[in-house]
Amino acid sequence: MSLQPIKFYQTGTFTVGNRLLAPEERSVQANMQRTNSLNSGHRACQGCGEALGARYAIDAAMNATNRQLIAANATGCLEVFSTPYPETSWQIPWIHSLFGNTAAVATGMAAALKVKGRSEVRVVAQGGDGGTTDIGFGCLSGMFERNDDVLYICYDNGGYMNTGVQRSSATPPAARTATTMAVGDAPGNVFGQGKFVPAIAMAHEIPYVATATVADLRDLEYKVTKAMGMHGARYIQILVPCPLGWGTPSSDTIRMARLAKETGVFPVFEAENGEVTAVLKIRKRLPVEEYLKPQKRYAHLFGKQPRVDTIASIQALADKNIRKYKLLEEGI
Amino acid sequence: MLKQIEGSHAVAEAVALCRPEVICAYPISPQTHIVEGIGEMVKDGQLKNCEFINVESEFAAMSVAIGSSAAGARTYTATASQGLLFMVEAVYNASGLGLPIVMTVANRSIGAPINIWNDHSDSLSQRDCGWIQLFAETNQEALDLHIEAFKLAEELSLPVMVCMDGFILTHAYERVDMPTQAQVDAFLPPYEPRQVLDPAEPVSIGAMVGPEAFMEVRYLAHAKQMQALELIPRMAKEFESVFGRVIGGLTRTYMADDAETMVIAMGSVLGTIKDVVDEMREQGHKIGVLGITSFRPFPLADVADALRNCKRFVVLEKSLAVGIGGIVATNVRMAVTGMGLKGYTVIAGLGGRAITKKSLHALFVKAERSELEPLTFLDVDWRVINRQLDRERQKRRSGPAAEAMLRDLGMVAAKIA
Ligand SMILES: Cc1ncc(C[n+]2csc(CCOP(=O)(O)OP(=O)(O)O)c2C)c(N)n1
Ligand code: SF4
Ligand SMILES: [Mg+2]
Repeated sequence: MSLQPIKFYQTGTFTVGNRLLAPEERSVQANMQRTNSLNSGHRACQGCGEALGARYAIDAAMNATNRQLIAANATGCLEVFSTPYPETSWQIPWIHSLFGNTAAVATGMAAALKVKGRSEVRVVAQGGDGGTTDIGFGCLSGMFERNDDVLYICYDNGGYMNTGVQRSSATPPAARTATTMAVGDAPGNVFGQGKFVPAIAMAHEIPYVATATVADLRDLEYKVTKAMGMHGARYIQILVPCPLGWGTPSSDTIRMARLAKETGVFPVFEAENGEVTAVLKIRKRLPVEEYLKPQKRYAHLFGKQPRVDTIASIQALADKNIRKYKLLEEGI
Repeated sequence: MLKQIEGSHAVAEAVALCRPEVICAYPISPQTHIVEGIGEMVKDGQLKNCEFINVESEFAAMSVAIGSSAAGARTYTATASQGLLFMVEAVYNASGLGLPIVMTVANRSIGAPINIWNDHSDSLSQRDCGWIQLFAETNQEALDLHIEAFKLAEELSLPVMVCMDGFILTHAYERVDMPTQAQVDAFLPPYEPRQVLDPAEPVSIGAMVGPEAFMEVRYLAHAKQMQALELIPRMAKEFESVFGRVIGGLTRTYMADDAETMVIAMGSVLGTIKDVVDEMREQGHKIGVLGITSFRPFPLADVADALRNCKRFVVLEKSLAVGIGGIVATNVRMAVTGMGLKGYTVIAGLGGRAITKKSLHALFVKAERSELEPLTFLDVDWRVINRQLDRERQKRRSGPAAEAMLRDLGMVAAKIA
């Protein structure tokens, strides 16, 4: 009998097929009993990373809490596409209050549950990067500082997508948005100091901070599950590519997320009480061009006269991430 | 039980008797003593089953209140002035979502120029935010209105703002009759929410509503306030039967029966006005008073009724609708449309300017003689104003106005004639 090669990984991904795992190791989504917390029929764009991320994150949180979960949601794409009433995609108790107050609303929910003696019910807050890193930042920091019993999930698509792709403080350097136009000497977003909220969350020394991407959904489920096993303020920022805002094909959402991780543009790690405890290593290091080139928001870097200087600066940022978070086994 | 205590502490004790479950605290004068008082009761165990949360802003205070109320907890907070403005987006959100939060507003002016003293600009800036607004005349009334506010809010699923004059009431030590826990429990049942975030019965709260239903949703907000118009007087009667005290329904009159001149006002200044009216009555003037307790909903019918037999009315208000005149006055005029009454608007007491009996006496006499301007600013220093206007005419770079006017005044101290 000739040797038969067995594929443990789905082609082109690093995802282990579920059937090869013990039942307890299988993904929440693979389970027939999954909650479909964010049910089908919502109005996200095709290939929306945020919809995918939210579905996995909230189902994992539901699973981890025995379905005793309530959620607060900031204004933004996730809120708008999930609740075009009378249709709602949410199968869990869910409240949308405002754009910039979600962390505080969640604090209130957690306080109410505590005083009512309902310790089995847990609270999740979720918002986009704009609602988290900009307008909701004060409330977020307050929630961290008080160590309120809330898991806050930020779906980072690098801009204000719901209002038509404007710049947020999470928009990466050189990216084109409606307010960082691809014109002039330095087209696209400025190279600032950056505002990487996971690091700021760590500075609050809260019990748990993690980043994740929709390319590693099992990792995302693991982190949400771990977070729900803890108490106090917890923060997970998920990189969720946005086909509309990034100018990428709907079919490339997961690929883009993976490239962000494999180039070092987006470090994927966990931190407890202010210290990094684990990182997802880069498996196959790639230059940042691989990540930038497929995205129309960086098209101005790859015209007739490629902006090698800008690309080099972005590479330097990725290299810095790789050094800082030790994303390569042997360093660079 | 009779007590001689500070207004803020009277309110703190009354709120505690209402068994609040979540309190959000953020400091701003003159509200601060209230939340400090409650916080202490929570910390020393006197007030059980209550989460006291020190938030990072008023916007967070109202947002935490929204979350806790939506998750089924009886929720209270307090603010004033800049704090109320800082939380405005959440204030509208709380009423839009129909969450029965109770909030004290210790009334204070709004800057710039920054000023910590009393007037009604803060609460009245929120007159259309969908909250019920009740104004207290005395510390006893402030205390009582808070107890009523929780019941009213929860019965209607609407938030209620109890407005009390900053410093004048909040910092005044007065005798109050503090009810017993048993009395409050008899009056105020436990909170039974209409909507609640509960895994046993998942609901989505706060969805987007488009043109197809937005008008209807907004009308419902109005309809609820109309329900409050009926509920408030009923509740006042119920209050009386439990506590043996009369509290403000929608409005209250004083010496009104045969009055030819009616003075209309809200809050603590009613006390001063009544003193002046007593004196003038002794001198034979036919003058009476209409105090408005419920500014939202605005009791149009009660106001019209109270003014039916008078000849003229004077609205004395601690607020200014810049560019038109009075806020309370505009509402009163709406109530008396077509009644052919002469009406005067008097803006007084802004930023803590003292409202004296002497000035009021002269003012009311002028109104009786039809010598009053339709819009009067009580006791303003015209020299200071004219000097500044002059300066601005003469010099392009005339500098910051408020600072120049202070300099003109020389000594910065209370100037009471
Ligand atoms: C106070 C306030 N300012 C602005 C807006 C308009 N607004 C609604 S959603 C949104 C963008 C949301 O961006 P983000 O939080 O990143 O979420 P995304 O849509 O990208 O998922 C903005 C600017 C608002 N609703 N409220
Ligand atoms: S604009 Fe982007 S984030 Fe919003 S629904 Fe579409 S793909 Fe998702
Ligand atoms: Mg975004």
